[in-house]
Amino acid sequence: MSDLPLIQADRAVEPPAATTTSGGRGRRLRLLSRTDRVVITLMVSVPLLLVTALVWLPALATVVLSGTDWDGIGPLADIDFVGGRNYRDVFTIYPPFVPAVQHNLLWLAALFLVATPFGMFLAVLLDKELRGGRFYQTALYLPVVLSLALIGFVWQLIYSRDQGLLNAVLGTDVDWYGDPGVNIWAVMLASGWRHVGYIMLLYLAGLKGVDPSLREAASVDGASEPKAFFRVIFPVLRPINIIVLVVTVIESLRAFDLVWVVNKGRNGLELLSALVTQNVVGEASRIGFGSALATIMLVVSLVFITVYLVTVMRGEDR
Amino acid sequence: MSRPRTQAEYLARLVPPSVAGLNRRTLLAGAAGAGGLLGTGLLAGCGDSDSGGSGSKTVSMGSNASDPTPKDVLAKVSGAFKTSSGIEVAINTVDHNTFQENINNYLQGKPDDVFTWFAGYRMRFFAERGLAGDVSDVWGKLSGFSDAFKKASTGDDGKQYFVPFSYYPWAVFYRKSVWQQYGYQVPKNLDEFTALANQMKKDGLIPIAFADKDGWPAMGTFDILNLRINGYQFHVDLMAGKEAWTSDKVKKVFDTWAGLLPLHQPDALGRTWQEAAQSLQQKKSGMYLLGLFVAQQFNADEQADIDFFTFPEIDSVIGAKALDAPIDGYMMARKPKSEANAKKLLEYIGGVDAANISVQTDPGTLVANTGADTSGYSALQKKAAELVGSATEIAQFLDRDTRPDFASTVIIPALQQFIKDPKDVGGLLTSIENQKKSIFTS
Amino acid sequence: MTTSTLTRQPAAEDAQPRRRRPTPQRVVLHIFLIAVAVGWLFPILWAVLTSLRSYDYTATHGYVSFGGWTIDNYVTAWQTAEFGKHFLNSVYITVPAVLLTLFLASCVAFVIARFSWKINLVLLGLFTAANLLPQQALLIPLFRLFTEVPLPEFMSDSELLYDSYWGLILINVAFQCGFCVFVLSNYMKALPRDLYEAAMVDGASVWRQYWQVTMPLCRPALAALATLEVTWIYNEFFWATVLMRTGDKFPVTSSLNNLRGEFFTDNNLVSAGSVLVAIPTLVIFFLLQRHFVRGLTLGASKG
Repeated sequence: MSDLPLIQADRAVEPPAATTTSGGRGRRLRLLSRTDRVVITLMVSVPLLLVTALVWLPALATVVLSGTDWDGIGPLADIDFVGGRNYRDVFTIYPPFVPAVQHNLLWLAALFLVATPFGMFLAVLLDKELRGGRFYQTALYLPVVLSLALIGFVWQLIYSRDQGLLNAVLGTDVDWYGDPGVNIWAVMLASGWRHVGYIMLLYLAGLKGVDPSLREAASVDGASEPKAFFRVIFPVLRPINIIVLVVTVIESLRAFDLVWVVNKGRNGLELLSALVTQNVVGEASRIGFGSALATIMLVVSLVFITVYLVTVMRGEDR
Repeated sequence: MSRPRTQAEYLARLVPPSVAGLNRRTLLAGAAGAGGLLGTGLLAGCGDSDSGGSGSKTVSMGSNASDPTPKDVLAKVSGAFKTSSGIEVAINTVDHNTFQENINNYLQGKPDDVFTWFAGYRMRFFAERGLAGDVSDVWGKLSGFSDAFKKASTGDDGKQYFVPFSYYPWAVFYRKSVWQQYGYQVPKNLDEFTALANQMKKDGLIPIAFADKDGWPAMGTFDILNLRINGYQFHVDLMAGKEAWTSDKVKKVFDTWAGLLPLHQPDALGRTWQEAAQSLQQKKSGMYLLGLFVAQQFNADEQADIDFFTFPEIDSVIGAKALDAPIDGYMMARKPKSEANAKKLLEYIGGVDAANISVQTDPGTLVANTGADTSGYSALQKKAAELVGSATEIAQFLDRDTRPDFASTVIIPALQQFIKDPKDVGGLLTSIENQKKSIFTS
Repeated sequence: MTTSTLTRQPAAEDAQPRRRRPTPQRVVLHIFLIAVAVGWLFPILWAVLTSLRSYDYTATHGYVSFGGWTIDNYVTAWQTAEFGKHFLNSVYITVPAVLLTLFLASCVAFVIARFSWKINLVLLGLFTAANLLPQQALLIPLFRLFTEVPLPEFMSDSELLYDSYWGLILINVAFQCGFCVFVLSNYMKALPRDLYEAAMVDGASVWRQYWQVTMPLCRPALAALATLEVTWIYNEFFWATVLMRTGDKFPVTSSLNNLRGEFFTDNNLVSAGSVLVAIPTLVIFFLLQRHFVRGLTLGASKG
């Protein structure tokens, strides 16, 4: 039995069997028996129903609710529509909104420019079948299996102003989690700590899928290793590069747990997801207003998701 | 340190009585309920199956008492209730924060028959929206509550929806030994207070311990300053959205606060109140404005060293007789499984026996029922009870006195912004007022 | 940074590290990796260390000190947060959710990979995107939905999807399906189509092709996904705290909150609780790691 990488990195070297003529498929389609058709319908429709009912419909409902001033209590019939007021409020009189957007962008930049490349770099190093490679992999991957809430706490032990390790060792009294000029960086470091392991693993999976003959060809050419990597391997890894990119974008947009356990996303740690939660989940119950924030998040997510899917699908058409 | 000491003990006491009646039902409940086998829980859910009839012997209670001491009190109260009435209480404990955050969903889902909550705006709001049950007839059987407590339990429609159980005042706490060492005197007005704080600074102490990482402790400071500067009625009206935050009166509160801020512990936004309280306990700070629960951060042998004074008067016309003293208690679901049992439980909770259990078990709070035997109170508790007894007006605390959406999404960030940058009060208040208008009109 | 460090590596890919004498570059590489690995492990080790010390000792002497060793925190944490019960709850949620996710996702992935209909792209998009939407954004409608869907009492004592394990399992499945569909469909597309041709000649139905041809070949991918999904679903606590009402049914990750007092938090105790909560995911990771890593590694030798 052959083991395949998680993500097929290199479609160019797909086994030849993958190329069946399309004419043949069309013919076979008509050959499907009634039972087969029922089975296929079930195989697709049950999961589809689940995802539609529990993800897509609620998403749609959120968009609708964003036009109301509902407080989350009482029958749906009582809901009043207020047009675009929630959106106007978000953009004009809601002070945490602008910092939240800035922080999300900063988060994205930090993950994209530092954590993701570092994870990829480590993956390239670990791809060399080093002695002790398992240990390095495990150490790097360990934070990924912990929940972000746990990570927030683990780092609190280090960052706490009065009881933390960092200040004790440095002899400083920097307020790592509380000082609004510092805390976003402290939290991003903790988040990056986890992100690096995740990216390392994804990328390693991709690298393992690269056809060794490609590397050989590159090394025979006498290209230096970085050159060979960027000229030959990196382009072949396009699908996984896109996955890593999108994972990074989505992670920075969805970033939530960490700031939530630190201080509920306030005072320098405003993030869109935390603002949504503050408004929607807690006692506050500003459902309409929170839904408007959520809709903004949804739209931004969908833009990235679409770009991602289009790229992936274009890859499939080739 | 006052680490939770009792959990092992109370667990030992808590589990056995309930396990007996549990196993049979657990089997019926099937896989979904099997998780409860090991614990007391499940009762809440399982109680449903046989509580339809009027003769049922269970009542469910939603509790946010996840801390050992209050949990212990509740376990003892429900045990005593079972002894006296034969009705078993199935306690569903959810940690404090989760309980509070999910309260809207909780009440609209399938709430327990009786549940913990606070007096104040939110209680009245739930009553008004039909999410809580009318317990006026329970009040007919209760005695030992002052009018202030009855008023605090009454909804906008004049009916009672709440049974008070315990309360605690907010005041300025200090260590007697530290004050004796330096010869400090309790200040009578703001000038003396400021002079005292400056003296503490000279003596190498942090004058006023302060923390606002969680967002709510600073509300206590705002409340007391507003109560002292503008009086109770203005405070209530401001909380109800009737007064403008841009008024000079509110501005004066923030200006006064800004004057005091340099005397507060710096970097408050990254500190939990526990850490601030520990600086008081470790004699690094001179005083701390907080609730009576601050005593939990002290060792048992230090309890007698804690003392407090109410925040001094700022305006002699207004005086210093109003304070925050939040009341915790219990409410009934709108449609309890067994209304009769729920009311019996509430009656018991509001009674003297339950209050006595609390006095004996929890040194951190005061009991609401004046009929209770308070000879078990510590000196601190006695003084706290006297303070609240002598208060002319009692506020509940900012996040209980106003709309929760306003408190949590507007006031918390605004106060933190103020602590971060106390200079731009005008801009801050304009921002609060704009958001207030939008929220209170919806 | 990438470039400069890479130049220091031996250029050829044919290096056989186990036989060759280590070159200076290798040594530098190992020192670098060891430094990174230690840096990565440090916060976790620090938490473990903290969990093994008594609060009284660290409160008096500070955390940068030596002494006060105890395992009482673990005993106390286990009892206070009632971890035994909550671990079981996590099992009730995680195991069915992971199995169901893998089953449903493999069904969809199979159809997407096996047939090349235009609608497949839409399907893939719908599933993958669902995995990426922000959870908070969907909460309120979902909550309403869950309180409206009745369940028979033998399935849930709440008689609703709300406050039942079923609801929690379903929402986790719905959210995680997307990622698995995406990975599995990619994986299945790489399987040789000859297999199906042969199966067709034998007259195998679509179901048999799925169950007896495709699925056995997907075992490595399924194992890897199972590892990931167990971690994710086990660590999930957002849905649990908002879609459950009964504290005793909460999974273990949210019961950690029970250790944080309303008025007092003992870091050493919470550390012990955190270590306890992390243990199952660590065990699963170590158990399946060999499989996981081998699955990845063997992929390289495939032409």
